[in-house]
Amino acid sequence: MSTLTSDTPVTTQIRRTTPWLQRKSTRTKINAAIVYMLLLPGAIVFLTPLVWMLSTALKLPNQIYVYPPQWIPDPPQWTNFAEGWAAYLPFNLFLRNSLIITLNNVVGNLFSCCLAAYGFARLRAPGKNFLFAMVLGTMLLPQEVTIIPQYVLFTKLIQAIEPFWPSGGVLWLLNISWVPLTIPAWFGWPFFIFLLRQFFMSIPHDLDEAARIDGASSWRILVQIILPLAKPAMATVVIFSFIGNWNNFLIPLIYIRSTKEQVLAVGLNMFRGSYGNIDMHYMMAVSLIVLLPVLVVFFFGQRLFVQGIALSGIKG
Amino acid sequence: MVQTITAVFQRKPLTLQQQERIDFYLAITPWLIGFILFTGGPIVASLVFAFTDWTGLTSVRWVGFLNFKQLLFEDDLFWIAIWNTFYYAFGAVTFGTFGALFVAILLNQDLPGTTIFRVIYYMPSIASGVAISILWIWLLNPQVGLINFALSKVGIEGPLWLASQNWSKAALILKSTWGIGANMIIILAGLQGVPISLYEAARIDGANKWSEFRHVTLPMLSPVLFFVIVISIINAFQILTDIIVMTTRDGTGGGPGTSSFMIVYYIYQAAFQYLKMGYASALAWILFAMILILTLVQLWASKRWVYYEGGER
Repeated sequence: MSTLTSDTPVTTQIRRTTPWLQRKSTRTKINAAIVYMLLLPGAIVFLTPLVWMLSTALKLPNQIYVYPPQWIPDPPQWTNFAEGWAAYLPFNLFLRNSLIITLNNVVGNLFSCCLAAYGFARLRAPGKNFLFAMVLGTMLLPQEVTIIPQYVLFTKLIQAIEPFWPSGGVLWLLNISWVPLTIPAWFGWPFFIFLLRQFFMSIPHDLDEAARIDGASSWRILVQIILPLAKPAMATVVIFSFIGNWNNFLIPLIYIRSTKEQVLAVGLNMFRGSYGNIDMHYMMAVSLIVLLPVLVVFFFGQRLFVQGIALSGIKG
Repeated sequence: MVQTITAVFQRKPLTLQQQERIDFYLAITPWLIGFILFTGGPIVASLVFAFTDWTGLTSVRWVGFLNFKQLLFEDDLFWIAIWNTFYYAFGAVTFGTFGALFVAILLNQDLPGTTIFRVIYYMPSIASGVAISILWIWLLNPQVGLINFALSKVGIEGPLWLASQNWSKAALILKSTWGIGANMIIILAGLQGVPISLYEAARIDGANKWSEFRHVTLPMLSPVLFFVIVISIINAFQILTDIIVMTTRDGTGGGPGTSSFMIVYYIYQAAFQYLKMGYASALAWILFAMILILTLVQLWASKRWVYYEGGER
């Protein structure tokens, strides 16, 4: 796989020419100037919405609908973040719920997908190719086809188990209305299985063959040889899974009825529906807080993202 | 397989091969259970629902092809949703592919600082979700929104965007264009995989920049572009969060009027607001069939323009 960062060693596969500064021809410099002249305005356009979001989040209510818009709020209202967060809806609860569900799903995805990917990448058994074709097939299936029967399944399941469901104390961790959100994560996710499998395939077979001959079990090979070598792929799955679950909107919207049990994405939409037009500064402040973990994860993991996308996209 | 099973039951020592088979099935068990419960089973159930008038509350009644007949021949809303979805998908995929290709080529020039540009262009595609949809409502505000302010600076009076029947789809396409980053990364990876020897050969033959692009880059990149277009169309057809968040007024989305009423929103509304589970299932299958046909058509058309280095697959 080709890495895209400029500090990677030169290989024959990757288009890498001599360092830029050594190319002194006027033509190259003009060419570079044109590229920058095209890239820079585009980059400003791409960044502006987020800057605008921050600017609005820091304004006084009477500065919001001023035309032409003011870029730098004077004075910046840093208290908008805390005020908006506490204004109308229990965002602390939403945050807690989002954190619990997202954490559960990231761990669940990692566990179930590593196992399945290991099977598909390293273990030989009859029927494997057919089953892997099923994984690929479900990647292409639109979720709208399965979402209605799933809804029926989960509502019936909840009705059936509700009388026996423990509640109270620390057991809010196991909130029954979260069952449709938290359980499927432990049963694999085709895209992650595919991504991990592609990575596991690239690990040399000599290592686990040798371990197997020495009597190591499949599980020991997975835990002690494959997983330590697959940390980049696992990190990619963690990041994708975190962002996907954090942003998940439709599933909690369909299943969660009580406001106290709701997650951030739906809470944000409730805010918009009821108060968004009045309090745009609060709206932007709260949206920015919800967005922040995603941006942080992105900045720390952007190289892994690039690798993950290239891995799943190109080597299909 | 049979030998493995008998060996397990007779408690004979297993061979390495038999052990490996057992381990394989153990390893994929969580996925397999999930596949049967949450995908395979629901597919069958959904197919059955599509031929009933079930509401989730009443008893199930078989209605044959009635749902499909109503959708295709009597339901104007269905055709509006189809038209809107194609309109949106065409715009989003066109801008999404050409925009991403354009930026990827610029970033592939290997100039200092392109890493920062790559991060900036890529970031919006990650920052999706409700927060970003809300941000775009604000950006598209007709009176004080940033987009109409920018347009007024170049002497254009901006449209009403999400409040206009004529512009609501354009507004959604515009928002989708902000998220070209994922496509850009895929194309960039494709560009960097083009062997430099081909460019050298072209240069020796006296090719200029354009013919280099036309006869080296484009053919070598065509499998990646094909992949990007297929995935973009599938994604565009499934637009939903933006519709719920950006176009909902007083509990009904897809407005103003029915100008941004899309097929997946129709499924959502039929199933979870009107509890017409049978009708919604039929809709979902029509969507699936459409995506499948579109993908197959592209696969067929790709023979004319996609070049595989290793020969025909």
